[in-house]
Amino acid sequence: MDYRDSPEEAAFRARLRAWLAENAAQFRATGDEYWHQAGRWHVALYEAGFFGLSWPKKYGGHELPPVYDVILDEELALAGAPPRPSLGYLVHGLDRHGSEELALRFLPGMINGTERWCQGFSEPGAGSDLASLTTRAERDGDEYVIHGHKIWTSYSDVADWCLLLARTDPDAPRHRGISAFVVWMHQPGVEQRPLKMINGVSAEFGQVIFDGARVPATNMVGRPGDGWKLAMTVVGHEREPSTLGYAARYRKTVRALAAAVAERGAEPPDDLRWAAVQAEMLRLHVRRRLSEQLDGITHTSDGSLDKLLMTWVEQSVGHAALTVSGTRDPEMLATYLYSRAQSVMGGTSQIQKNIIAGRILGLPTA
Amino acid sequence: MDVRLTTEQRELRDAAARLADGLGPQSVLALVDDDRVARAEKAVAEAGWRTLRSDGASGVEVALVVEELARGLVDVPLAGPLLADDLYARLKAAGGGAGARGEAAEALTAAAAGAATLAVGGVAADAKGMRALLELAGTEVRAGLVGATAEGVDLTRLVAEPAGPLVPVGELGADDAARWRALALVVTTADMLGAARGALRLAVEYAKVRSQYGHPIGSYQAVAHPLAEGLALVEGSVSVLRHAAWAVDELDPAAAVHAALVAKVYTERAARTICETCIQVHGGIGNTWECLAHVFLRRVLTSAELFPARLEEIDCGLS
Repeated sequence: MDYRDSPEEAAFRARLRAWLAENAAQFRATGDEYWHQAGRWHVALYEAGFFGLSWPKKYGGHELPPVYDVILDEELALAGAPPRPSLGYLVHGLDRHGSEELALRFLPGMINGTERWCQGFSEPGAGSDLASLTTRAERDGDEYVIHGHKIWTSYSDVADWCLLLARTDPDAPRHRGISAFVVWMHQPGVEQRPLKMINGVSAEFGQVIFDGARVPATNMVGRPGDGWKLAMTVVGHEREPSTLGYAARYRKTVRALAAAVAERGAEPPDDLRWAAVQAEMLRLHVRRRLSEQLDGITHTSDGSLDKLLMTWVEQSVGHAALTVSGTRDPEMLATYLYSRAQSVMGGTSQIQKNIIAGRILGLPTA
Repeated sequence: MDVRLTTEQRELRDAAARLADGLGPQSVLALVDDDRVARAEKAVAEAGWRTLRSDGASGVEVALVVEELARGLVDVPLAGPLLADDLYARLKAAGGGAGARGEAAEALTAAAAGAATLAVGGVAADAKGMRALLELAGTEVRAGLVGATAEGVDLTRLVAEPAGPLVPVGELGADDAARWRALALVVTTADMLGAARGALRLAVEYAKVRSQYGHPIGSYQAVAHPLAEGLALVEGSVSVLRHAAWAVDELDPAAAVHAALVAKVYTERAARTICETCIQVHGGIGNTWECLAHVFLRRVLTSAELFPARLEEIDCGLS
């Protein structure tokens, strides 16, 4: 057991650090500017050999152990660079549920950043109860025709492709009538509308209206009715801090707040020290989880535990930001406001607790 | 970087878990079952877990054994003798103890035989059947013999007063003393985590069988959600404790102490929350002496107090 870098890991870290020193400064790490530059950042990181570290080589990854992602996240935060592009859950979903042909067609472009993706799952009427989604895909020859309304769609404004859930069999039990598709976004019948969030950012989330958009039947992921299984894989990984790489970001905010307090010659308030403890917990938790993945990636409900922990950390850091800076520092205020979304997106904290209670603790359902 | 437990560590943990499940008290009534306590005492003594450190075990292994035995509320000494054993080994390595006379010499002989427990502020918290006391005050090691024992707040351990004043028997270097403090923080953190896991399991099992309004109470979200939160808190605690336990032997002393403080501050809040949830889930019964919930809570409270970790000691620079 060792928490330190192996010689190979240390060499990787040094190479990455040197590259970041040369290249990180031109990319903004927060706000709308970050979202606008996210595509360029992704490509730059990939071309330098620092993205897709733990994914299969056949898709353009490096097949390194998952712990390399921790090194990447830590160094990005240390350099003040934007975070690692969030794609792991889509990669897992297509790799696990799509055909080899489909995965080879789409994953390389997703991973190297030349094709941008969004995820069309949630709907205005299907949030926590995702299986009640009503977007429909109707067969028409070799194609399906899509009608419906998706929301909370990250990157929808810049996406080339959408991994979409739609109902293909309205008569099947609700979890079985859903299929997954890879839909081309730049076509008639796809309308994208931005959503402005409480932190003022409008480039992160969007809504997408599908009104007669078409998708070839060959772009279905898996078989008709397999959509729910894919959705569970995707949201499971979407809940993992190790996939998301946020842990290092929280530590960065804590350090920035500690510096602000020190500048005033004051002692850190309890809220800030507690946020430091929480952020350190998540750093160590991610290391443990990624080490466990050396035994092989599993698709379990543990992501719900990790999501809950991550949410508590982010909201502790948000509270610390408010305690230290009040509403005076716009960036810290945005950090606090954004933290409120963490207990909602990727499945609410209440849904995570239902999953933990039912599937892990084995408590009965009413 | 690979922070998985080794095969040997997993086997050690499993052995401790088996002992805890077989010989721990399954009820408050069982706390006074002398036959069971005698069997637990024999098993722990034979396993040699009180002298793990002088036998070369790492902080990780020590933490695993302590955690599992606390999970089963095993009511024979472990944390106290373990820490005394480590302290004695450091004293010897620093060349201390040579000039001890009388009771102090007798205490050191007992310590060499693994029959000493730890005192803090002149009182031993884990003294059942122990003959001698060792204490670290600053960097000074003091020794004495066990005097009167009594039941304390923690129903699974006996507290003891020294028979006479504790006598200085040697000095540790500052680094050695810091490393020992890190171990003490880790051991008491492992004890809290184990007790919290035991309390959580007790509450979950109760929520599955206790029925109200025609359904098991665990089917209600108002009951299920705090239990789910408890499991997340356990997972977070496992992660901070594992790092701190590793750090005892592997990081520089100041970093080892800080890692242990982080682990203890986090786990203390987690463990107390879980024990309080356990009482609440049990309802009225949870507030009676006969329910094991308060036995877990008492063990958590005493292990928290034994080597306190204060939030003010946490460094926000996370250097």
